[in-house]
Amino acid sequence: MSQHEYRDMLPGHAEFRLPAPAPAQRVNGRRPIPEVPVAESSAVQAAGDTVDVWDQRVAKGLAFLRRRLAGSYEVDDFGFDPELADALFHPMLKILYRDWFRTEVLGIENVPADGGGLVVGNHSGTIALDALMLTVALRDKHPNDRHLRLLGADLVFRMPVMSELARAAGATVACNPDAERLMTSGQLVGVFPEGFKGIGKRFADRYKLQRFGRGGFVSAALRTGTPIIPVAIVGAEEIYPILADLKPLARLLGVPYFPVTPTFPWLGPLGLVPLPSKWLIQFCPPIPTAHLTEFADDPLVVYNLADQVRETIQATLHELLEKRPDPFGP
Amino acid sequence: MVTSPPSVVVVTGVSRYIGARVAARLAADPRIDRVVGLDPHDPPAGLLGLLDGVERIRADARAATEAIADLGAEAVVHLAVTSVPDPQHGGRAAMKEQNVIGTMQVLAAAQGTTRLRKIVVRSSTAAYGASFRDPAVFTEDTEPRAVPRGPFARDILDIEGYVRGFRRRRPEVSATVLRFAPMISSSAETSLTRYFSQPLVPTVLGRDARLQFVHVEDALEILHRSVTEDHPGTFNVAGEGVLMLAQAVRRAGRIALPLPESALSTGAALLRNLGVEQIGLDQIDLFVHGRVVDTTRLIREFGFTPRTTAAAFDEFIKAHVAGSTLTADRLAAAERTILDGIRRVRAAAEVSVAESAPAGRDQP
Repeated sequence: MSQHEYRDMLPGHAEFRLPAPAPAQRVNGRRPIPEVPVAESSAVQAAGDTVDVWDQRVAKGLAFLRRRLAGSYEVDDFGFDPELADALFHPMLKILYRDWFRTEVLGIENVPADGGGLVVGNHSGTIALDALMLTVALRDKHPNDRHLRLLGADLVFRMPVMSELARAAGATVACNPDAERLMTSGQLVGVFPEGFKGIGKRFADRYKLQRFGRGGFVSAALRTGTPIIPVAIVGAEEIYPILADLKPLARLLGVPYFPVTPTFPWLGPLGLVPLPSKWLIQFCPPIPTAHLTEFADDPLVVYNLADQVRETIQATLHELLEKRPDPFGP
Repeated sequence: MVTSPPSVVVVTGVSRYIGARVAARLAADPRIDRVVGLDPHDPPAGLLGLLDGVERIRADARAATEAIADLGAEAVVHLAVTSVPDPQHGGRAAMKEQNVIGTMQVLAAAQGTTRLRKIVVRSSTAAYGASFRDPAVFTEDTEPRAVPRGPFARDILDIEGYVRGFRRRRPEVSATVLRFAPMISSSAETSLTRYFSQPLVPTVLGRDARLQFVHVEDALEILHRSVTEDHPGTFNVAGEGVLMLAQAVRRAGRIALPLPESALSTGAALLRNLGVEQIGLDQIDLFVHGRVVDTTRLIREFGFTPRTTAAAFDEFIKAHVAGSTLTADRLAAAERTILDGIRRVRAAAEVSVAESAPAGRDQP
């Protein structure tokens, strides 16, 4: 090879092409190589210098900032701000979802493509990260990118800042009028009937479902004829293992429990970093309720259905735990 | 049920904007023979022109009881409900006197009037109280979960209580209770429009309330229809859709000044002592909890859809451009300037790279 030939091969010359990268492979939900869709890369190459990615990004970011500052965005009756959720909350949570917890989602085909649905899950993990990860999973994996509308405890809505973040992300107070209104308007509603009993339980009780309350979620689903989709979430129990609960301190602070974990409160703010457990989320086949609408006030039907949902989630949790022998595995 | 419009209508609270406007509208309606305005105060000069076709009786609520009976009123429109204490007319004590005792006496008078067929009472969405366990959207059947802190909201609960009693005692009279969201328009002056007209708008730190407004003209239309048509029951009157408080402040081109709730309450109390009524506990409750109502029943029953909250607020903004700083136009101009600036800098950097790169390569 002559020197001229060699110089022409160096980067910067139009005819020089780097060898094509090997196709990206998914390894446990983590993407070792950023996936570049083939069609897009060829389009960029064909267009050459005319498409300036950074210019587009800057323009998009500035337009977003301008819309926010001018107040020209839409908010629904519950305070849900889809633009803010998609532009800010989801990208941030997705880092946790994909890279930190390496979440795998199973059975997404059990979630209805459109129309109302009540997603009922097991609750764990000291702070309700599992609810947020479930939201990201549905937005990320569902073919129609569905938003999950969470029902939260009134404690969340009592706290300033927190309440507004929750509302902007699509959550509302857990009460039957709100749940029924969301379901009749064709939204996917997420509920965790265990409540604080679930997220505040000791590490020793992990993956043991707590009591499901009075089954208010079932009567809301029955009244609107909305299918119930049980979902089992494995992984949230290990993020902040609760070794002890300082009840007097909790009472003093007005919170349902005060957790002591291996890292909190010993390491201070560092104790707030969740442990990187491996997460599995399994959606179970939906339970239709349209034929039971007249039994919404029948305690026996409501209780039996709540029990069926509870048993389904518990059985699925055991299955998932067998699939995941090592809580902190890949 | 009678469906013909009543011939004699008594309107209370005609010294205030809404009362005067409703009385004027009813007087202009040819189906109604006689419109009588009751008010203990004389209307301000600005409203006198509206009240040409309206007989005015200057009387307080007690004297009014006789007037309502003597006139043989077929319909009573009770609008003498004030939301903010007026320091010129005796402050909060007079406000409570007018709202609660006044309503009691008007309803007592109405109860004794044999020809009465219809009563329309102005209420407010404040009737739903303010609690953290409240559902996000109130229907007419939602019961308040906590007694509200604001004086106006408490008055409203009392007023609705009296109307319930009236309904029990005179079931044949069609009683319409209209729960209005805060009213807004290009010209109306309320405590909330004054609040949004300030260049620096105090808000509650860490809270962003969901607000709804109703356009004054739509409120008048609903009031008019409830007099001329028969719509017994309780109805939410609001524009569809929601504006967040911060969003509303931004759309108005104002700058929000978030203050802790305690500081805001103290500041409001201090200002109140100085005789400046900007925001009271009613507003703070609203700004902490927000308030959204379902208007399905109103739209179905009245066959009338008020303009949306966003549209009503837009009209208000257009009339209050003065005092705004961060308008949409200025933000768009700033966006263009920044974008052009970044493009110029990047273009300059690329040119310099292009100039230096071949030079560097040609070096042996």
